[in-house]
Amino acid sequence: MSSAPVYKPFLQRADSFYDTFQRKSGNKEVTHYCPGCGHGELHKMMAEAIDDLDIRDRTVLISPVGCSVFAYYYFDVGNVQAAHGRAPAVGTGVQRSRPHSIVISYQGDGDLAAIGLNEILQAANRGEKMVVFFVNNAIYGMTGGQMAPTTLPGMRTTTTPLGRDPRLAGNPMRMCELVAQLEAPIFVARGSLASPKEMKRTRKLVRKAMEMQVEGKGFCFVEVLSACPTGWGMTPVDAQQWIEDKLTPHFPLEIFVDKTDQERLEYVTPESPPREKLHEVLGIEADTKTMPAANPDPAHANPRIKVAGFGGQGVLLLGLGLAQCGMMEGRKVAWLPSYGPEMRGGTAHCHVNISEDEIGSPLVSRPTVLVAMNQPSMEKFEGELVPGALLLLNDSMVPGQPSRDDVDVVRVRATEMAEDLGNVRAANMVMLGAFAGYTGALNLETCLASLDTLIKRTALIDLNRKAITAGFEAGRKARG
Amino acid sequence: MSSSLKRPPLLIKGNEAIIKGAILAGCKTFFGYPITPASEIAEAAARDFPAAGGTFIQAESETASINMVYGAASAGVRTMTASSGPGISLMQEGVSYLAGSELPAVIVSIVRGGPGLGNIGPEQSDYNQIVRIGGHGNYRNPVLAPATGQEMCDLTIRAFEIADRYRTPVYLMADGFTGQMMEPVSFPDPVPPLPEKEWAVRADAESRENLISSIFLEHDQLEEHNRKLQRKYKEIAANEVMVDDFLVEDATILVVGYGIMSRVLRSAVRAAREDGLKVGLVRPISLWPFPSDHLEALAEKIDRIITFELSNGQMVEDVRLSVHDSVPVHFYGRMGGNVPSAEECLEVIRRYAAEGGK
Repeated sequence: MSSAPVYKPFLQRADSFYDTFQRKSGNKEVTHYCPGCGHGELHKMMAEAIDDLDIRDRTVLISPVGCSVFAYYYFDVGNVQAAHGRAPAVGTGVQRSRPHSIVISYQGDGDLAAIGLNEILQAANRGEKMVVFFVNNAIYGMTGGQMAPTTLPGMRTTTTPLGRDPRLAGNPMRMCELVAQLEAPIFVARGSLASPKEMKRTRKLVRKAMEMQVEGKGFCFVEVLSACPTGWGMTPVDAQQWIEDKLTPHFPLEIFVDKTDQERLEYVTPESPPREKLHEVLGIEADTKTMPAANPDPAHANPRIKVAGFGGQGVLLLGLGLAQCGMMEGRKVAWLPSYGPEMRGGTAHCHVNISEDEIGSPLVSRPTVLVAMNQPSMEKFEGELVPGALLLLNDSMVPGQPSRDDVDVVRVRATEMAEDLGNVRAANMVMLGAFAGYTGALNLETCLASLDTLIKRTALIDLNRKAITAGFEAGRKARG
Repeated sequence: MSSSLKRPPLLIKGNEAIIKGAILAGCKTFFGYPITPASEIAEAAARDFPAAGGTFIQAESETASINMVYGAASAGVRTMTASSGPGISLMQEGVSYLAGSELPAVIVSIVRGGPGLGNIGPEQSDYNQIVRIGGHGNYRNPVLAPATGQEMCDLTIRAFEIADRYRTPVYLMADGFTGQMMEPVSFPDPVPPLPEKEWAVRADAESRENLISSIFLEHDQLEEHNRKLQRKYKEIAANEVMVDDFLVEDATILVVGYGIMSRVLRSAVRAAREDGLKVGLVRPISLWPFPSDHLEALAEKIDRIITFELSNGQMVEDVRLSVHDSVPVHFYGRMGGNVPSAEECLEVIRRYAAEGGK
């Protein structure tokens, strides 16, 4: 940045404007704006600020949809053209990706206050580091002079041919006042291009908002009342007068928020960890123990298991334990929970596949094993079992008899056994052990080792080890 | 998949594997809005992106999400969002802009039941709006359909590679089951540091001349832009087809299904083989480009094709277009969140097998 002020000849074009407008078709010397339009004035104020702050390289201008859709014809900065109303969201994406960027969201009244109302308010509320220049000319210019949210009551437009009727079409929206309600914006002000005096004041507002971006202070919003002689059907001179006489009384020229001197707690994007630490940071560093594979009874070599019970019985964790153990013994596994509204009904079940081969459907529709932690679960799912399947019942909670007589019924007093060990909640691990003990499909050592992954609270590991061991013994005994 | 080095696997949910994979692929920003059954992706992103030096923003809507993605992609970083059917519908405007402005991004859809609010069960009814394009204009976008936890990671990484290589939005399309399911996943090493994208608006002197835009006012200009896009799509169609075959060599009946459906079919095909039926499975992994040539070639050797989908029959149209009228193409679909069992599929296969040869 140069330390001495740079004086330029009067009327020289700002450096932040292209010398000629090569992206434009037709005459590349003049802008596409109509005579008397306010966009050119505001563009000039912005370009001069960009020059003086020496931020041309860092600046990214988001062009909206509206007459200023072609702002990128003129500004010699990084340019991104956005969908209608979405410039603040696009600007958010740019700024969060390139935190050193100076982001300008340039929007008209239809773009900002109608279709893009949500995006502007939410970007303001997050306190995105960007400056929004909001050109309010009370009309849709580009599409041919339709009503805007800022159109005055009684004002004739192509979609309010009799004048805007507030009973039908509402009243003009005051955007500065809306944005000023939010905590995060640091500077919210309205200027006007009605006269040389107002232009001078507006230039200061533009400058201040831009300076705040250089300082990385936060979200700034500058509304500018601007003439649209074509849309209004007036001469440029009359249009300027109309800003003063008609627009300004509706849209007071004030500074609504100025927190630029206040300290602000700013969000700083965290540093990236070194590449070799990334797995650790993501919690995916490979710590899985491999265990010797069990030698199961052929009937249980590739079990398709359904585990079911009350919510709170640790049904999902039991299923996960089975899958974890299978994986540790080098088998293919898949675990699928019941999810969504089912989860809120107080019952839970999950599907577990352990297999030598690639697993087809993770959905266990014809189980070879049903672990039922309570009576309703047995009743609900026993019908699905294949003939000869294992029905492993928590005897403490299943007083009734199964209706199937072609399955292998094994009862384990899991809840009582867990209670004897000190916590009924370990009943699920009793059943895990019982499954392993009865079927031989998993080794006891694997079940115990899986606890390091399954149980987050280390204080509970000892209890669960005892539960698995007790279940394993019960399963073995049942096998005989 | 090629990107997996041999590491011991980790049991992890598919939805989380997407986020781990994305970060390992160098994705820097995630913008999303909650929706079941995709919310866990945003939740994993909220935890993992900042930890990995990236940014997570919960957007105000899917419309905002996709436009934040548009901004981040413009700025030249790898970026993504995730949603489900209704949210994807809202994003379609933005996807059209991404395609028009030739911006790379990854969009995940964990498809749910529709239309309207529908339900949160697994369906494949977003096929038309994702594979056949839901936005305006002359564009296409690659769509990858994972069927396993490992693929949730690997195809996310692949999606970023395709997106950058061709400057295009890429979808990863899965369903609630594949998202919720836990399977062993071996995570690869992080990608090497990515080069800066020359065309991006990076807020520096070198990229100041760059413009991201989809406006071409002159008719001839826009036509030329569209022709360029079509050339790109042709290149993608030639290079990026992914398909997985199971027991097709001697098959007389082909079943076709993708994602979770293909896994049910795998079980059904095994059972059919035990019955002595010569059934093979074709699983499209890339839904666009669709493996049309592959199916067309296979069709010469078979009697019939049965397409299975969790929808009213959307992919089946692409199957029919692929094989023309050379063989009968049947359809079996379930909707509303119902996933047919392998036994149910086997019954369907048996029924059509009984109709005999051509």
